[in-house]
Amino acid sequence: METIESIRPLLALFLPLTAAFLILFFQKTPNLRDATSFLAAILTFLIVISMAPVILSGRTIEYTLFNTLPGVPFKFRVDALGMVFATIASFLWIFASVYSVGYMRSAKEHAQTRFFASFSVSIFAAVGGAFAANLFTLIVFYEVLSLVTYPLVYHKETEESWQGSKKYVVYLVGTSKTFLLAAIALTYYITGNLDFSDQGLLANTSASPLLLTVVYICFMVGFSKAAIMPFHAWLPAAMVAPTPVSALLHAVAVVKMGVFSVLRVIFHVFGTKLMAELNLGMATAYVVSFTIIMASVYALTQDNLKRRLAYSTVSQLSYVILGAVLLTPSSMIGGIVHIANHAFSKITLFFCAGSIYCAAHKTEVSQLSGIGRKLPWTMTAFFLASLSMIGVPPAAGFISKWYLVIGSVEAKEIPILIVLLTSTILNAAYFLPITYKAFFEEPNDHHSGGGHGHEGDIKEIPMVAIPLVLTAIISILIGIYPNYFLSLAKEIVIR
Amino acid sequence: MIEAVHNSLGIPILSIVTFLPLAGAAVLLFVRNAGLVRWIALAVTVADFLVSIPILLNFDRTTYHMQFVEHYQWIPSWNITYFMGVDGISVLFVFLAALLGWICVVASWKAIEQKVKEFMISLLVMQTAMIGVFCALDFFLFYLFWEAMLIPMYLIIGVWGGKNRIYAAFKFFLYTLAGSIFMLIGIIVLYFAGGETFDIIALMQQKFSLPVQLWVFLAFFIAFAIKVPMFPFHTWLPDAHVEAPTAGSIILAGVLLKMGTYGLLRFPMAMFPYATSYYAVPIVVLSVIAIIYGGFLALAQTDIKKLIAYSSISHMGFVTLGLFVLNATGIEGGILQMLNHGITTGALFLCIGVIYERTHTRELAAYGGLAKAVPIYTTFLAIFVLSSLAIPGTNSFIGELLIITGAFGFNKVFAGLSIIGAMLGAVYLLGMYKKIALGEVSSHHIREAWDVDGREIAAMAVLALFVFWIGLNSAPFLDIMHVSVNHLIEQMNTVHGYYATIK
Repeated sequence: METIESIRPLLALFLPLTAAFLILFFQKTPNLRDATSFLAAILTFLIVISMAPVILSGRTIEYTLFNTLPGVPFKFRVDALGMVFATIASFLWIFASVYSVGYMRSAKEHAQTRFFASFSVSIFAAVGGAFAANLFTLIVFYEVLSLVTYPLVYHKETEESWQGSKKYVVYLVGTSKTFLLAAIALTYYITGNLDFSDQGLLANTSASPLLLTVVYICFMVGFSKAAIMPFHAWLPAAMVAPTPVSALLHAVAVVKMGVFSVLRVIFHVFGTKLMAELNLGMATAYVVSFTIIMASVYALTQDNLKRRLAYSTVSQLSYVILGAVLLTPSSMIGGIVHIANHAFSKITLFFCAGSIYCAAHKTEVSQLSGIGRKLPWTMTAFFLASLSMIGVPPAAGFISKWYLVIGSVEAKEIPILIVLLTSTILNAAYFLPITYKAFFEEPNDHHSGGGHGHEGDIKEIPMVAIPLVLTAIISILIGIYPNYFLSLAKEIVIR
Repeated sequence: MIEAVHNSLGIPILSIVTFLPLAGAAVLLFVRNAGLVRWIALAVTVADFLVSIPILLNFDRTTYHMQFVEHYQWIPSWNITYFMGVDGISVLFVFLAALLGWICVVASWKAIEQKVKEFMISLLVMQTAMIGVFCALDFFLFYLFWEAMLIPMYLIIGVWGGKNRIYAAFKFFLYTLAGSIFMLIGIIVLYFAGGETFDIIALMQQKFSLPVQLWVFLAFFIAFAIKVPMFPFHTWLPDAHVEAPTAGSIILAGVLLKMGTYGLLRFPMAMFPYATSYYAVPIVVLSVIAIIYGGFLALAQTDIKKLIAYSSISHMGFVTLGLFVLNATGIEGGILQMLNHGITTGALFLCIGVIYERTHTRELAAYGGLAKAVPIYTTFLAIFVLSSLAIPGTNSFIGELLIITGAFGFNKVFAGLSIIGAMLGAVYLLGMYKKIALGEVSSHHIREAWDVDGREIAAMAVLALFVFWIGLNSAPFLDIMHVSVNHLIEQMNTVHGYYATIK
């Protein structure tokens, strides 16, 4: 396999980081500050996408920055899996940066400079993680992401947000300082390096199966951003953050960093062969199946819209892992493209939740009766994105579910097939009533807390509505034209 | 007897770096103006730091032999020589001591208002003694430097300390003196057992009989374990830290604690390989206890300085753990972590001193909202807190990773237990940061606090530079010690083989 030495991955990191400093510098001039975010987002995406042809042609791009430890450089390596993650993070940042401006200004939030600066650094961390060439580089960015999103979660600085952010940081840093540290140390002890490799770093070592299984469990628990139950509780707690944060970070960047890291471990640290030898694939499949079903059941019981979406995220993240651990080509492709498909649809749903909050100050599902007439764009987008989440063709979610279903048949795992179908029914059960309520129920004023008496004032906010309509359209379009992510996924699977 | 020693610079650079501060102290005797005293002290320590840089740059990484050696007859009748030299281990600590020297002066700039001249003289004498300890290759000379640290440190705590300073200074003095006596006994036994010589290099090549090994190891171990301090010899440390002025705390945490672990590495481990592996398990157990127990104690503290003091016990537990797992990964991790702990904890004490000057309290409960009042200060504090809890990308993570990796090679249970301490570190340090930096501004003292000035920024920025430098690009630092550590392990293995045959 051919590798190319290029500084481009570094450039893609440099932009959002520089943007963060410029944002701090421009704190007195909000227009300039917010334009910086937008411009940085576009440029970052362009640099990322400029690497796509190289990756799709089967080559990788590398750049070594420092020598850290014997066998462990601080190094970047762009491959297909990294491209999937970097593409969605940088592309969706463009929409989120417009949306955030609309949201933060209409909600008159405080500390906007801190917000936008932290946001930029989060993207820096996400792209850095995507392009990491080894476990060391990956966890550097993994931790940066945990820490820099902390101020975004406690943003409101109310008692509730301090509680939520505490849970957030305890779960994320707690698991990484214990299990992840142990996993990395053991891997380094066994192999003497930490590089990702296509065959799997731990393949062909003399370590005992028991030790390898312990390492695997430590990795799975340590990367708790993947929100596998019972290590998911930080995600609903993080919903105290302003909605743009929940949308881009807690539906895309942070949680995808989690599943991305888990996939790295499965594909490039253990390798599919070793996973199969140790029987870890099916064991994990059952754990994440439990998560898929339980999180959906939790989602059904949530009246708070954002919490319902959060539990839905927990469930959908496990789809990605499920696809990977079934270890058949189709299931792996399904899991990988689901990273992208879920990202576009879920960010749309969160954007909608924020739009409803900004326009009508409503946060609970039960308050949404009749809101579709006031916010037709928002609720139509919500409907389209729900279809994608449920997996209705031709929306994006259908593609991933299709591959997952074929994969579970290929793996001859009928229970997994049943899990997938049950989950689809549950998805429909917690998403469709919202659309139904919004369009077909009469507004019931006595439920509508803060918005009471201002029903006439509810209208779409353009800077909020435009991004969400676009992401909704895209989540249908990548269902019809799934080629980009599918070819990247195939590029990973054929190795 | 002495192998291929050389001095690539051709000037007695180790004597210069050692005695420059002493010369500065002598000059200060004749200066009356307090402002001038500060500037001279700063100039001398900065110059000393600049002298230490070429030592590091010209250090030959390919040999374990002592470098920049100076060797003169001193007291022939006792076979005492003036013998200075550094290898890949001690050269790092000469650098560390020289780095923290000028940072101590910066930290004392406004904090010390009484008897400025006497304070700066103590500081400079202290620096000469500390650097001397790391360079000395003659036991007599080593002991001289070692004891020379006692008086200025006693004065720094006892004269310029807090309310309870006399008690703390006396406790520090007694503990250290007790340790010194054990060391003196050890040195005398070695002098006779090793053929009437104080030459450390010559003694390292001796093969001592088993009883000598086992007993003298213990004597040295107690002497140095008090200094580290290892559990259960740690109780003097929190008192000394809380009462000491900022510069005193920086010296204590940054350099003095490292003397304990440096001593362990240089004498008992290098001279008594058999005893080292004999006692390795109990010492590893003590280290793990220190890691966890120190962590829990830190968790319970309400005084910021005490919290960092107890965290030092936990972090130094990692260092001794790394050293006594007796493999290259662990020992290199331990040595790197000594350097890291010196930089990071030195920086944290500097931070505490800086904010104490503004608010005059160290109670956690009195703090809140520093991020809003003093943003630049809080950014530096965040960097050092993250470094102290060993977030990947900072210096301590590399050390911790190497130590735990090495520990996994020694015993998986002990390695697993030590990770509990790593987690506790995250809890108390992040808890402390949240309490003092975030939320609403808690008092008018904090609202009126002024942000860091140029001198303070310079000191913090240099330390922060090392935090990230070692954190992302630690290879150059590991390269320096690599050959020396490998030599130490080789020595242990061959000598170990020798004892296995005579048993």
